[in-house]
Amino acid sequence: MGDKVGAVLVVGGGVAGIQAALDLADSGFRVYLLDESPSIGGTMAQLDKTFPTNDCAMCILAPKLVAAGRHPNIHLITHAEIEGVEGEPGNFKVKVRRKARYVDPEKCTGCGVCARECPIEAIDEYDEGLSRRSAIYVKYVQAVPRTYIIDRGKCIGCGTCKEVCRAGAIKYDDKDEVVELPVGAIILAPGFEEFNPVVKSEYGYKRYPNVVTSIEFERILSASGPYGGVVLRPSDGRIPRKIAFIQCVGSRDAQIGNEYCSAACCMYAIKEAIIAKEHVPTKLDCTIFYMDIRAYGKDFEKYYKRAMEEYGIRFVRARVASIDEDPVTRNLIVKYVDNEKPCEEEFDMIILSVGMRPPKNAEKLARAVGIELNKYGFCLTNPLSSIETTKPGVFVCGAFAGPKDIPESVAQASGAAAKAMSIIASERGKLVAVKEYPPEKDVSKEEPRIGVFICHCGINIGGYVNVPEVTEYAKTLPNVVYAEHNLYTCSEDTQKRIKEKIIEHNLNRVVVASCTPRTHEPLFRETVREAGLNEYLFEMANIRDQCSWVHMHEPKAATEKAKDLVRSAVAKARMLRPLKKPTVSVIPVALVIGGGVSGMTAAVELAKQGFEVHLVEREKDLGGNLKRIYYLLEGEDPQKYMRNLIDEVNKYPSIHVYLGAEVVEVSGFVGNFKSKILHGGGIKEIEHGVIIVATGATEYKPKEYLYGVDPRVITQRELEEKIYRGLFDAKTVAMIQCVGARNEENPNCSRICCSEAIKNALKIKEISPETEVYIFYKDVRSYGFKEEYYHEALKKGIVFINYDDARKPTVMREGERLKLIFWEPVLQHEIEIYPDLVVLSAAVVPNPDNKKVAEMLKVPLTKDGFFLEAHMKLRPVDFQTDGVFLCGLAHGPKPIDESVSQACAAAARAATILSKEVLELEGIIATVNEDLCGGCRICESVCPFGAIEMVEKDGGLVAKVIEALCKGCGTCGSACPTKAISPQHFTTEQILSQVRAILAG
Amino acid sequence: MEAGLRIICFICDWAFPEWSIETPPNVSVIQVKCIGRLDPIIILEAFARGVDGVIVVGCKWPDCHFIDGSLYGERTIRLLKKIMALTGLETERLRLEMVSPIENRSLSSIVEKFIDDIKDFGPLFKGKEADKELLFNLQAAEQAVTWSRLRMLSGRERKLTEKVNVYGERISQEEYDRLIEEALEEEYIRSKIYLITKGKPASVEEISRRIGVDSFLVLQHIVTLRRKGLLGVDRIEGYTPLYKALEVG
Repeated sequence: MGDKVGAVLVVGGGVAGIQAALDLADSGFRVYLLDESPSIGGTMAQLDKTFPTNDCAMCILAPKLVAAGRHPNIHLITHAEIEGVEGEPGNFKVKVRRKARYVDPEKCTGCGVCARECPIEAIDEYDEGLSRRSAIYVKYVQAVPRTYIIDRGKCIGCGTCKEVCRAGAIKYDDKDEVVELPVGAIILAPGFEEFNPVVKSEYGYKRYPNVVTSIEFERILSASGPYGGVVLRPSDGRIPRKIAFIQCVGSRDAQIGNEYCSAACCMYAIKEAIIAKEHVPTKLDCTIFYMDIRAYGKDFEKYYKRAMEEYGIRFVRARVASIDEDPVTRNLIVKYVDNEKPCEEEFDMIILSVGMRPPKNAEKLARAVGIELNKYGFCLTNPLSSIETTKPGVFVCGAFAGPKDIPESVAQASGAAAKAMSIIASERGKLVAVKEYPPEKDVSKEEPRIGVFICHCGINIGGYVNVPEVTEYAKTLPNVVYAEHNLYTCSEDTQKRIKEKIIEHNLNRVVVASCTPRTHEPLFRETVREAGLNEYLFEMANIRDQCSWVHMHEPKAATEKAKDLVRSAVAKARMLRPLKKPTVSVIPVALVIGGGVSGMTAAVELAKQGFEVHLVEREKDLGGNLKRIYYLLEGEDPQKYMRNLIDEVNKYPSIHVYLGAEVVEVSGFVGNFKSKILHGGGIKEIEHGVIIVATGATEYKPKEYLYGVDPRVITQRELEEKIYRGLFDAKTVAMIQCVGARNEENPNCSRICCSEAIKNALKIKEISPETEVYIFYKDVRSYGFKEEYYHEALKKGIVFINYDDARKPTVMREGERLKLIFWEPVLQHEIEIYPDLVVLSAAVVPNPDNKKVAEMLKVPLTKDGFFLEAHMKLRPVDFQTDGVFLCGLAHGPKPIDESVSQACAAAARAATILSKEVLELEGIIATVNEDLCGGCRICESVCPFGAIEMVEKDGGLVAKVIEALCKGCGTCGSACPTKAISPQHFTTEQILSQVRAILAG
Repeated sequence: MEAGLRIICFICDWAFPEWSIETPPNVSVIQVKCIGRLDPIIILEAFARGVDGVIVVGCKWPDCHFIDGSLYGERTIRLLKKIMALTGLETERLRLEMVSPIENRSLSSIVEKFIDDIKDFGPLFKGKEADKELLFNLQAAEQAVTWSRLRMLSGRERKLTEKVNVYGERISQEEYDRLIEEALEEEYIRSKIYLITKGKPASVEEISRRIGVDSFLVLQHIVTLRRKGLLGVDRIEGYTPLYKALEVG
């Protein structure tokens, strides 16, 4: 066996691949991030907004793109493919073909002159064919790497680009290059391909111009898209008044061999409908034709409700039979069947919600890597750990492992990173480069020399704010020695420019007027740091959110306001002082709260990487909810899985298990926590660097349907227990879905109950085929590959009956018998049945301890009481508080495999901290001028983070800031009676300078 | 002979001895260094200003004084004929005649033959409604050849079809013709859209009706024009965006 290699190959540079790469690179491994396409970004880069937060997709992705692009340990290999893999886990040799690009990435500056002059036009794939690009092109403006590429199939070889390229980057004699990469593990994240609806000829896609796919519609919605973000009908460029979405196009369709559900389409359709309504200046009617609305994710149901109630989006449960075009108006006539009644309705435009297909080259990739695919062509995975492929050392994440949305892809990505890390943990730090910054320039004696960079953000800002005018204005401001405007100030080439300008004009302060500092400030700070300036000599003005977005219809006012904001930012920049970032040492130990499947998995994953773990479980034994799960839809034995996992926990001496124990106190901060564990009557004190919250959840105890009154009314979990113990005996079983979920009190969907009901129903049919099973549901939410089991249940004669809130089934006693009355939606009248057993699919409700834990850790909960992550889309297992992570049911209802993925993800995220000896912290914190401090303790009492302690000085008390806890909020500064404590970077003088500047306009 | 027809004759400085340049009164001769100098804009502008026929006389290869300048001129005329066909102008109104200085042909007979051949077409502008359309088409054609795409393609034509491209491959003439025709057609429509919206903002459907091109295609061209920074949304009226040409500068 060869030596292990501390490097990982990540195949696919979409959001999942990028996340995996960043986690690995931040934990001390070298990463090769490979993408078939010329730039990373994947499908997410094409999206307009994301659900359920309506964040702009590019705005939240761009910082990650840039972080991956500039990370010293991430090597991008774009426009490349894998040819073969040899070796074993820990030491693979991967043959990679880097295809000729005909442009030298080292020399290309991304200026775009070549594309402007190129006489050849081609279909723009990024815009889904709705626009054209030239034969030499870059995929999109913010692309990383922003290196142009020649489309050899289209290029006529005229030589123009070479002539106009001032950088000398054109390389017509470029050849494919085959390189061999030694890596310890491989992560596959090649994503998916959209279903091509041409085969569903009844929908008229490509025949009727006003029938578009959902991804085409994303481009239509996007400000960077073909129509500049104005929703238009392709046939005549008019703004539609009435549009419809058709769900499940290419999904849940046995006829075309795609039986599975594509998992994300319901939500993206709702999102697209909402965004379309927001983009259209006039009134827009949106209708969604669906089979089941599968809004099963965290807070998705609320989003769905908002779509109905707030936005007036109409939902019609019907399968659309056909679409015809009115040849004169090019309107579309939709034929569908609603409640057995044939209906016809005319729309201006139709969006087909196309499903996910395996990536185009899945088979080739599978052959080259040596993994197996499932029957649909997606990656075959372990049902209990969906990040593992059939080949050891090769992991998978994102849609290639099965259709899924972004947060789940991101969680899987971090999870796959953890799996990869554990194989090569011994090689951590051996192949990484430490980023070197130029020595920091001392600017303290210099007069401020400010450079201002103003962003068009495509048309996001430039479409409404007169950016050149603002730039000219900026040049007139005091101490501004340079100002320019950029199409995208955040793009990689602009970073290069900013650095050049800092040196050229000897700038010692930089102002960027663009979007929000929340997403983009770290990027620009890094840039100024790379140019030798202290990173805090940077200031941002948010002229997108505050000017162009809110004053779209008053461009003059928007421009004037942008000038005010720039003036204010410049005024503050003049007063900026360099700050030092404090550092803390890291105790490489983790505390995991909760010993269910998630907590155990996280503990084992960290132990595999060589970290010490304290695993605290409240109950007397490990296992959590898994203890009461006896079988799974996919056939695996969960009890065996649990026993193995417990054995593994016990195998590691580095995992300290505390049973019947509770964490009662947590203090400290990232890298240096101190906690007290109540265990065996005593208190054990531990020190640790991170915390993983895996406190699980419980089953709702129903108050409905005679539960607790009649013993024949039980929950799914009780039914499972009954079947497992051989106590099941019933001729008729009625299951009622959404008990305690999707109602006023608990608006969210519990995600797992539909599959649980199907699982138990199938089990009943297996042991007692003659038993009749009814499932009363609102929507059947057997998402992803679980859809197969729904089909199987239908085939086995399990009866699914839809109900809505207005007509819930009722359960009563009639003599000795149980009677259930329900409304039959097809027959349109009430029917009675007499079940022997009524099984309630009870909601998953948060652990009642969550509140206590949340307070102790100072982390937030959602309204319904689950833990709230740092960002719903891109940080699914992080908390806002550094060093604290979450996974499993504590985050929200989910099946075992998703809990396992998240647990691995939490381990990977934790490892990015535990793997460092020293952590660099945020520099914007409060400082105390001890001479002024009177020791009154007001600051201590107002600090929300407990970041102030009182220390003795000269016989009195003075305040002292605990740097690692201070978040820089500044509350102390406003409260201090003697102005002794001051939040740096937001000093009173600095803020006043902004106020004065604004009022001076 | 139709005395009314206005003819311009472009001749190469080297094609005829100075003393032999003799043409009828309605024919004006413009001497150029070489017919390679004839930018398509010049000839289209001549038509737009009402010339009824243009004859270009250059030197046959290999007797061109500028090695192969006249061969480029030949390509230009070929391109112009394609453009003229699009505008609805009779392609016969433009003629290229290649002579060799040693042939000693008389210019006046060449010109007379030309005039005779086109006399049945009559004047280009007939003082009718259709004139406006033709003028508009000619202006659009002129705009199309002003933009870089066609210039780039026609400028490279000889190198790419007669020699090899940067990859050492040769492109067949048929393929290149197809390429140019495709580009020409697109650029011509785009020019029309540009010109219409230069006057006053117009919607996709207005443009479509005005130029007789399917609104679906018009929108696609608008997308491209916007990308190139040549067109922008002026305003949205009800459900209809109106586009306006942007001054390039």
